[in-house]
Amino acid sequence: MIRVDIRARSFGSTPVLGAIRLTLGAGERVAVLGPSGAGKTTLLRIVAGIDTEFDGSVTQPERTAMVFQDPTLLPWRSVLENVALPNAGLPRAAAQAMLARVGLEGKAALFPGQLSLGQQRRTALARAFAGTPDFLIMDEPFVSLDPAKAEEIIALTEAMLDEHRPALLFVTHSRAEARRLAHRVLTLDGVPAVLSG
Amino acid sequence: MRGRAALTRILSLLMLVALWALAARLTADATVLPAPGALIAPAWAEIASGELPYHLGRTFIRVFWAFALAMSLGAVLGFAMGRFPAMDRWLDAWLVVFLNLPALVLIVLCYLWIGLNETAAIVAVTLNKVPNVVAVVREGARALDPELDAMARVFRMSPATRLRHVLVPQLAPYLSAAGRSGLAIIWKIVLVVEFLGRSNGIGFKIHLFFQQFDVGMVLIYALSFIAVMLAVETFALQPWERRARRWRAP
Repeated sequence: MIRVDIRARSFGSTPVLGAIRLTLGAGERVAVLGPSGAGKTTLLRIVAGIDTEFDGSVTQPERTAMVFQDPTLLPWRSVLENVALPNAGLPRAAAQAMLARVGLEGKAALFPGQLSLGQQRRTALARAFAGTPDFLIMDEPFVSLDPAKAEEIIALTEAMLDEHRPALLFVTHSRAEARRLAHRVLTLDGVPAVLSG
Repeated sequence: MRGRAALTRILSLLMLVALWALAARLTADATVLPAPGALIAPAWAEIASGELPYHLGRTFIRVFWAFALAMSLGAVLGFAMGRFPAMDRWLDAWLVVFLNLPALVLIVLCYLWIGLNETAAIVAVTLNKVPNVVAVVREGARALDPELDAMARVFRMSPATRLRHVLVPQLAPYLSAAGRSGLAIIWKIVLVVEFLGRSNGIGFKIHLFFQQFDVGMVLIYALSFIAVMLAVETFALQPWERRARRWRAP
């Protein structure tokens, strides 16, 4: 069970998020839509435990993973190490299998800089699912891809969500993406921003 | 490509020797500037007697310890100052003081306070270098990618894993720059320290030959340590840098 109870988040004297209460059950998928600058990424960073400067509390499971807006890979480590290192104790064979699952067989020894953006996004997806998370957070994971590549990665994400069944909280600008991947679609809007469903 | 770079390096050094030979010929006074060839026999005699290897070894040990201490202390302090603004506010003024304190003053004070011994020599050299390492590593710590930090937090990477795979690779170019300039500066300061207050080492020998106006022997001892530093650069620093940078290759 994931519980988010935010009373407020401000940057200096500028209020960004207002009162937000959100509960996700095991395997439940929630999408958050909203205009640019509404505070969607701030909300995700609070839920992920990256932003701790807020008034409220967040309860999340031990095994939490995140897919960032940029792939956020370690450029100086191989693709295989990028999957294995953040998931402590993950056997090498399991990391290899996860890479094969996302279509990156044969790319394990390459560095992220030698991959296309689509392949980097697949690596980020492999890293997120490799630790079999109970809770997955995704911050606009399909942006900057051409429609064909985006469709491939959305389909892959959908399949992997069905296989692993983590609870999902993700942010997107696309209502179609939200409807396709989520059980519940919420909107974040206003000043300070609040969720409505 | 690497072979070509090595060849260019050798040719460049040979040009320097040629320039020296030309200057020696124009000077036409071996007591002022002996030709490169004239140094071979006395250099060999110094090596064969064991005199040069002994003093070279003493200087190398001092350089090694001062370098290791300055890099470790400087990296830890620089990282802390770059990451924690409160610490930076407290220590920045100290850093400016130590950066501007002349090497000679620190050396003299260390000899006066600690005594004319090995500890004072190494402490003096270390204190001279630490501020530079701090200043360079602090910039590296300020430039750390906050998104990689966020990723490490979300995935709950252990402190050791974060240090080895997230932080140190980002700091590597700064550590390398500090290390490179550090080695070059440290051995020069070690020579001054030896010149002023030790009874062995390259600096001590240069002091002796300076009193005898023996330019040839001064050059032999100075060049012998430059050769050691070139070897360290070629066989230790450059391979390490190549390894650390291999992910940037196309």
